[in-house]
Amino acid sequence: MIQAKYSVQKGDYLRAGEASADIKRVLKRLGIEGTVLRRISVAAYEVEMNLVIHSMGGNMEMFIKDDTIWIVSKDEGPGIKDIEKAMTAGYSTADSVAQGMGFGAGMGLPNMKRNADKFTIDSTPGLGTEITMGFSIKGNCDG
Amino acid sequence: MDKRFHSVTLDASRCKGCTKCLKKCPMEAIRVREGRAYILDERCIDCGECIRTCSYHAKVAMTDDFSIIEKYKYKIAIPAPSLYGQFNRIKNIATILEALKRIGFTEVYEVAKGADVVTRFVREKLKSGDYPRPLISSACPAVTRMIQLKFPTLIPNIINVRQPMEVAAMIAKKEFAKKHNANPEDIGVFFITPCAAKVTAIRNPIGQSKSEVDGAISIIDIYARLFPVLQNIEEVENKDIATPCGVAWANAGGETLAAKANRSLSVDGIENVMHVLEELENGKLSNLDYFEGAACPGGCVGGPLTYENQYVARNRVIHLTDKLKPIHISEAVPNSVLNSYNLELDEAICANNSMQLAGEVSSAIEKMEKINEITEKLPGYDCGSCGSPTCQSFAEDIVRGYYSMTDCIFILRDRLKVMAQQMVDMSNTKRE
Repeated sequence: MIQAKYSVQKGDYLRAGEASADIKRVLKRLGIEGTVLRRISVAAYEVEMNLVIHSMGGNMEMFIKDDTIWIVSKDEGPGIKDIEKAMTAGYSTADSVAQGMGFGAGMGLPNMKRNADKFTIDSTPGLGTEITMGFSIKGNCDG
Repeated sequence: MDKRFHSVTLDASRCKGCTKCLKKCPMEAIRVREGRAYILDERCIDCGECIRTCSYHAKVAMTDDFSIIEKYKYKIAIPAPSLYGQFNRIKNIATILEALKRIGFTEVYEVAKGADVVTRFVREKLKSGDYPRPLISSACPAVTRMIQLKFPTLIPNIINVRQPMEVAAMIAKKEFAKKHNANPEDIGVFFITPCAAKVTAIRNPIGQSKSEVDGAISIIDIYARLFPVLQNIEEVENKDIATPCGVAWANAGGETLAAKANRSLSVDGIENVMHVLEELENGKLSNLDYFEGAACPGGCVGGPLTYENQYVARNRVIHLTDKLKPIHISEAVPNSVLNSYNLELDEAICANNSMQLAGEVSSAIEKMEKINEITEKLPGYDCGSCGSPTCQSFAEDIVRGYYSMTDCIFILRDRLKVMAQQMVDMSNTKRE
């Protein structure tokens, strides 16, 4: 099975983006169709940046199972108190460092949800957040 | 048209089989086997990085010999504006154009004028507001090829307009035929080129069924011919020259400056372009209106077939541009010009799937699994001694059947150690 796991550290802007870049590299070699690839690119990058900006650190995993590409992100906290609010476009808790780097438009989670075919988010304040995104290999979204 | 044609080629007699180009190629398109380099045609984008880096001058750009112009009754030179930066103590652009006529061209038409037309086209497009963000310039063929191979998701963002070279050739030929009542078949249009990518783009056009250009002669060839003429030439008055906007295309950033986009970005050097394309693909720079990527450092003045170093050339181009009368682009390129030529591409730009491991996703997955398995056993030094640029690409080459595991000298060394120990053990066996 194609499987790759990446550890993503809190505040590590130096390596930020490397995990999603590697995921893209692999998927391109596999010949994943362009529109699907583009959605994955955006969603994978957003989820990676979320780990860097908002989490205490965590990991990202990509695997392919039955014509679906899965990207799962798990972190070690702090968790999201109000998921509904966090999912609202424009709502952001990014700190000033991240905002200074051009992040924090409050589009991260909405962007992930919009681009993934399947999207679930589980979070427990104090414990952590788990985001699961599925992308069907045979493009069926956006055309 | 030969789909496999590449301007960048290897002169095997000069190649020592070192690993310099191997490490420098942004597409991992070079392998060294049996003491010499090989270029993987399907991956090469003709950026010319290997030409720049090879100490033995074994990487060469195939261009046309100057004598090609003799094939035509009327010979039109279309010089890239980067040519203007090659000469010291030249008063103005008109003088360089006059010198081109003295070495054998019947007529000269500036590619910078083609750039003027494209500039107007781009501005109109930006004004319309109807385009994917960001629009990506189509001017550098090496960048376009990189997008086809590595960033196919960005193909819809490439602006649907011909390169300035093509536009210039089209206009030059039509105007000359009309003015002199000449048969178009007697007219040869020759691009004076700073780079290999443009040569490939003529023989094997992208987004165009056929190029309007009949040949490409390198700036460095022309330099040797023009230099003596320019030493003894009287100054010619600047008349009917391209606008400062068009000439500025020679330098990185000139195009975005000319386009006058609200939010634009200019990136030069193929590695840098690759990093930014990666970010574009992530949707990170989606607020940009226009993106200009130039494979060569400094833009076209940094082309591998130029004579002067890019910094000096860049300054000279700026200096010569300052002498031009500022003229509004809509005046230089009236609607009549914009409407009387087909400036758009006539073929779709397609993704090039040469980077894919297999045609079917399922068999690509199988191959990827094997590659991952092999990669884990490799040392990860990316030394290039095996002839592949990285351990990862070596693993891939094994799966493709080009190498075996012991082509890695570290794996070989470990195996030899084991064998040597076994031989020692064997020699120590006492006969019973």
